[in-house]
Amino acid sequence: MFLAQVVGTVVSPVQHPVLDGESLLLLAVLKPDGSPTGTTRVAIDRARAGVGERVLVVDEGNAARQVLGRDGAPVKTVIVGIVDYVELDGRLAYDARH
Amino acid sequence: MYLARVIGRVVATRRTPGLEGVALQWIQPLDASGAPSGRALVACAVISSGPGDLVHYVDGREGALACPRPFVPVDAAILGFVEEVARAEREER
Repeated sequence: MFLAQVVGTVVSPVQHPVLDGESLLLLAVLKPDGSPTGTTRVAIDRARAGVGERVLVVDEGNAARQVLGRDGAPVKTVIVGIVDYVELDGRLAYDARH
Repeated sequence: MYLARVIGRVVATRRTPGLEGVALQWIQPLDASGAPSGRALVACAVISSGPGDLVHYVDGREGALACPRPFVPVDAAILGFVEEVARAEREER
């Protein structure tokens, strides 16, 4: 799993039927310190995340199929959580709490 | 799963059994800004995509799962068209 920043919503009107009804988000993958690695993912949103939020992402087929509850689905990347805060080397590296 | 642009088609008449009728297309992965990122690859198209289209695709074992017959030697499949990517500040086609 890794952390990522939601950078946009992906509008896909015609796609594999397994993705019907799912919302897709464009993610920038992050390093532990919160800076972007430069890599990008398209993920199924199962945590109701919004643009700008920092999210926890699983990028493995069996885990993704388990989250969706669909055997044999051609899916890999799913947002499974929204990050409240990150501690790194004993310090707060990210804090979204108010 | 990733964002990519379809940049070409691949025609191969003689194929491994199970791959008959599956369209093969060159795709160029894109970064979050829409710029090319990394090496282009050949993917199966399970939608009617063609050169110029913005798409999303899956790689690895899941590529084969997207095909009509899931036990085929495929490691990438185009899953859908991307009509637009809506961002907080701007939109792009």
